[in-house]
Amino acid sequence: MVKFKIDNKVVEAKEGEYLLDVARRYGFSIPTLCHHEALGSDGRCRVCVVEVKTRWRKRIVTSCLFPVSKDIEEVYTASEDVKLVRRTVLELLLARCPESDVIRYMAAKYGITEPRYKKDTDKGKCILCNMCVRTCENIVGVSAIGIIGKGPEKKISPPFREASDACIGCGACVAVCPTGHIFMEDKDGIRLIWRKRFELAVCPKCGRYHAPVEQLEFISKKTNVPMEELLVCTNCR
Amino acid sequence: MSVSIQRLEEIKKDFLSKQKVFQKTIRVCCGTGCISSGALKVLEKLRTALKTEGLDEKVKVIETGCHGFCERGPIFVFGENDIFYQMVGKRNIDADVSALIETVKSDKIAQNLLYPDPNDKTKKFVATREIPFYSGQQKIVLHLNGYIDPESIEDYIARGGYVALHKALQMKPEEVIDWIDRSGLRGRGGGGFRTGRKWRSCREAHGSPKYIVANGDEGDPGAFMDRSIMEGNPHAILEGMIIGGYAIGSNDGYIYVRDEYPLAVKRLTKAIEDARRLGLLGDNIFGTGFRFDIRIFRGGGAFVCGESTALMQSLEGKIGEPKAKYIHTVERGLWDKPTNLNNVETWACVPLIINNGWEWFANIGTKNSTGTKVFSLVGKVNNTGLIEVPMGLTLREIIFNLGGGIQKGRKFKAVQTGGPSGGCIPAEYLDTPVDFDTLTELGSMMGSGGMIVMDERNCMVDVARYFLNFLVEESCGKCVPCREGVKRMYEIVDRICNGEGREGDIEHLEELGKAVKLGSLCGLGQSAPNPVLSTIRYFREEYEEHIKHKKCRAGVCKPLITIKINEKCNGCMVCARNCPVSCISGEKQKPHVIDQSKCIKCQICYDVCRFDAVTIE
Repeated sequence: MVKFKIDNKVVEAKEGEYLLDVARRYGFSIPTLCHHEALGSDGRCRVCVVEVKTRWRKRIVTSCLFPVSKDIEEVYTASEDVKLVRRTVLELLLARCPESDVIRYMAAKYGITEPRYKKDTDKGKCILCNMCVRTCENIVGVSAIGIIGKGPEKKISPPFREASDACIGCGACVAVCPTGHIFMEDKDGIRLIWRKRFELAVCPKCGRYHAPVEQLEFISKKTNVPMEELLVCTNCR
Repeated sequence: MSVSIQRLEEIKKDFLSKQKVFQKTIRVCCGTGCISSGALKVLEKLRTALKTEGLDEKVKVIETGCHGFCERGPIFVFGENDIFYQMVGKRNIDADVSALIETVKSDKIAQNLLYPDPNDKTKKFVATREIPFYSGQQKIVLHLNGYIDPESIEDYIARGGYVALHKALQMKPEEVIDWIDRSGLRGRGGGGFRTGRKWRSCREAHGSPKYIVANGDEGDPGAFMDRSIMEGNPHAILEGMIIGGYAIGSNDGYIYVRDEYPLAVKRLTKAIEDARRLGLLGDNIFGTGFRFDIRIFRGGGAFVCGESTALMQSLEGKIGEPKAKYIHTVERGLWDKPTNLNNVETWACVPLIINNGWEWFANIGTKNSTGTKVFSLVGKVNNTGLIEVPMGLTLREIIFNLGGGIQKGRKFKAVQTGGPSGGCIPAEYLDTPVDFDTLTELGSMMGSGGMIVMDERNCMVDVARYFLNFLVEESCGKCVPCREGVKRMYEIVDRICNGEGREGDIEHLEELGKAVKLGSLCGLGQSAPNPVLSTIRYFREEYEEHIKHKKCRAGVCKPLITIKINEKCNGCMVCARNCPVSCISGEKQKPHVIDQSKCIKCQICYDVCRFDAVTIE
């Protein structure tokens, strides 16, 4: 165990543990936009930055990825530099996604109500946190979507911007998206997502549409649970 | 059968005895610069002519790597008396080839092919060593560039190649690392981290296998240091890597080369095949039981892939996005295994240190930046090209002695060092010795060694805009500050260049720049604001002029300039004839007038006027 201070409060942590987890355990509030406990960290959004003082230097790090070590002396979660980075990131994201309530709310906390930049009109609410891609790859295990392009024009998309054979229409990407950017619509027994149409299965007991047939087939194949069982919705099982 | 030191000696003897039949050698620069100036065409004609004259058996023509003086290509140098012919075949290819043949036959020097002094047109230089561009250099990494045939391992061996490897394999791995550490060698790719320290961390790191990587993903606009080494002397890199592998405890090396460098890929591939053939790569090298092999990985050309973690992601077949370096790549790099990555120039220094001893290397350069550095000197200098100088030479010596001063006798304004995310250094710091630390103190960096010289006709705001534009294009887009922040910095600077700058823009840029520097994930983002911050630091008044007075003193930002003809005009009509939009009118021998509504501000009239009658305001 290692002892150091966060904003003047003595904390204890295991070596190798991430600063974000330690700080949150001790009740410090650190915002995140690309971190999820099921997915781990990616270091994309940069709003979780904190300032770390070690024996040698003081520097800004992303708390989600910075491992605790014996060298840490003190951590500051609200220093001037920390606030500058967070405020800047949120202002930039607000200019990118002016429609996003989540970003608007977080930006307001740092005093930003209107960005000083020309607002983007073509990015929707996507902040490129990559959580949908990581969920699809690491949790669902199908890798139906990925990042295409680079720089400001980076986008999340199925390959070649076409309906993907790999997508099972599970909607896990929608569930994990922090800003509600990903479009999914269930209507008349059909689910539309990522340019692909899915037939929804009807629960034989209650008669409601509950999941794409393709998703149930995928689960059946993976778990060897027969389709008949899976066709029954989770409420009626 | 494994290779032995005796075998190397035999190869050397054999190679040298074969050279005895040649009475003359001509070293032809076949670097990319000279090839694009037409060197291969001249070479073909020269070979035919030699054959016709019955000289082809007596004259050895070597296709070498880059000689460095790209401005003056194609370059042909006579081996024995060091006669330096430049721009061969540029004006009259047949006449120039005849002149070459004359020199072969009778040592007659062709005056028109010699290099003229840029400051005294009547003076011409005969030998390479007399030319200030060369005499001011200290070539150690590039010492064989321009001499050897990069596709001949025998040529490399004949000049002492792979002896350092043999020597290193007789030492203990720790001792090799100790030598590299004591030599003071620092990473040539940009960061300037102590190479010996990096090697030691990688050797001591837990995990196997361990990997060795050579970074040849040079992506800075106008930079060709790494390219020239890969194309001109590929074996030096291989030898350095094998030594590194032995010292660190690795058996696998990768060279990451951008695919835009086909010649480098070709020559490295050939070098690896030849080294395998002789047993210098593979199992049981020099009978020591040490095994090492190298593979080439061709990168797709994203600038960010020069960043070590992005490079490793790309090597793994993933998107070239950087990762946080809180756990160093020497501990967890390629495939999460300990990985030692160095730039190709760093690798090429290794055999030299082993051969000559660490003291020798440590005595070159300055205390904290030892050895030499290769720079690509480009922009508004008279002598553009590739130079290698000891660390600690001043910017003035580099630009005015080697570089021959500023083109057209104009005034020096700034030099941009360190690639696109480096900074601009103004005239008052010309006497600064160039090394890793001083450049960083000045708000710029060593980077991989790009040096772009600017004169009074470069607008510093426009320069910042140019580099920002490059960085917006090349940001990988992973983290927000770099992806969105650099784009917004570009928008602001672009607005200023278009005459739409506002009060507070400079302060806004400084604040945003600081946040991007602090908050970005990798070195690209952390240094991306440098072009803006350093130009604001040293040329703030130019920004203010653009914003407050809507003026561009360099005459570059078109919306801010007006081109006028003054009373000096004698009506020669040259400007009117050259104007692409025909907006200049007037009678012969009477002052002309520009129709401002049609003028596209191309400044051709300014360039063609011989009477200083055209002014840019």
